[in-house]
Amino acid sequence: MNALRSLGIAAGLCGLWQLLVWLTDAPHFILPGPLRVLAALYGNIGLLLQHAGVTLAEILLGLLLGVLLGLGSALTLIWFRRLRPWMLPILVISQSIPVFALAPVLMLWLGYGMASKVAMATLIIYFPVTAACYDGLRHTPAAWLELARTLGADKRTQLLQIRLPSALPALGSGLRVAASVAPIGAVVGEWVGSSTGLGYLMLHANARMQVDLMFAALLVLSLMAVSLYFLIDWLLRRLMPWQSETLFDDAREAE
Amino acid sequence: MLGIDVRNASLAWQGHSVFSDLSFHLPAGEWTCLLGQSGVGKSSLLRLLAGLTEQMQVRAEIVASDGKPLDGRVAWMAQQDLLLPWLSVLENVLLGPRLRRSRVTPAQREQARYLLNQVGLAGLDSRYPAVLSGGQRQRVALARMLMEDRPLVLMDEPFSALDAVTRLKLQDLAAHLLADRTVLLITHDPLEALRLGHQVLVLQGSPARLTAPLRPLDAPPRAVDQPEVLELQGRLLRQLMELST
Repeated sequence: MNALRSLGIAAGLCGLWQLLVWLTDAPHFILPGPLRVLAALYGNIGLLLQHAGVTLAEILLGLLLGVLLGLGSALTLIWFRRLRPWMLPILVISQSIPVFALAPVLMLWLGYGMASKVAMATLIIYFPVTAACYDGLRHTPAAWLELARTLGADKRTQLLQIRLPSALPALGSGLRVAASVAPIGAVVGEWVGSSTGLGYLMLHANARMQVDLMFAALLVLSLMAVSLYFLIDWLLRRLMPWQSETLFDDAREAE
Repeated sequence: MLGIDVRNASLAWQGHSVFSDLSFHLPAGEWTCLLGQSGVGKSSLLRLLAGLTEQMQVRAEIVASDGKPLDGRVAWMAQQDLLLPWLSVLENVLLGPRLRRSRVTPAQREQARYLLNQVGLAGLDSRYPAVLSGGQRQRVALARMLMEDRPLVLMDEPFSALDAVTRLKLQDLAAHLLADRTVLLITHDPLEALRLGHQVLVLQGSPARLTAPLRPLDAPPRAVDQPEVLELQGRLLRQLMELST
């Protein structure tokens, strides 16, 4: 049912797109129709996959580093109470710097290879992940911690056995946001300067008026981002069976 | 068995005194029920005994009958069951050993199963708390507390969120399973106090004072429709109403 609905939505959008092409009578190098894009996808599949692989590697590495750094920062903030007044303003200020503006400098520092793109993706997800993790870790119900204390749990065990698991849903939403934002970081990095990756391919194709190829690359990128999101969503559900159980009950109640 | 003396307990809240110089005795192996309206400071008294006094201006002299400190000898049961949703029922009962970072031994596992059986939840070991009813969840909390096997048990309105019949059943179960422990139960329900307490204390007024202990004649748990229980309940309710404005 769900799959059918998604297919229906996709078909509807493609129909609108085709309609727009017919109505405006735009030339194919300005706005190609969906079929033309599919043909470009089919015809350049090898090229697209090769560049997609590079972008995917950048996204995954950025995701890994960003999540590790974000979780690490949140844990540091929770563990060392004294650091909070110093670190929190720095975090907020760092967030006010537009990451896109940093892209050229990152290129200069880290070169045209993969490192600068990974750094870009890492930076762009670092703050949302840190904020989500920190909030989740901070809002542990006080009564759980008190119970843990009467049961003889030390500070480390309270963090590992109570705070961390109770923050998992919040960490999960941080991770979902990260998964949907990381591709942006990688592609922006590629736009600023690179010789591989979907971002490079899109820019290159655009410059040569191969708009159908540009759209095909965009399609591959979206598919990748969507799959990544659902993969992470699925993983999180597997990690939190007690949550899906309650969700399942909610769904049953709704019926 | 452990008897406890609490002397000169005082609690200040937002600059004014809620109570001061309260003294009472928890007789060894008996249930003491402390009755009072909300806001009278009874939970604070309990938390004082549980060692959960962070950010609270409550203090007292606490003397155990064996002269040793209370640390690690107190079990605490709150109004909420406080089951961890990510642990199964059995793992929740075994929370104590898990939090003390000791390996759960097969004997402990066996003990936890036995206790779950005792509280009437045999066969639900691997369920998550989310699928249990309120009464079942509080039974798990009871089993978790029994698992700790501590001489002093503190209960903070543990049955108040349950429906009437479930509450009566759990009161009987708790009275039966904690028969030889020293128990302090806090409640705002006179019937609960009269069913379960060897002695019943009333905390009321501003600043709050304790009444002389009321000791019904026979041993708890007492039946709901016992004449003495009903008569005393009427008296306690009248007393509570007269003194509250």
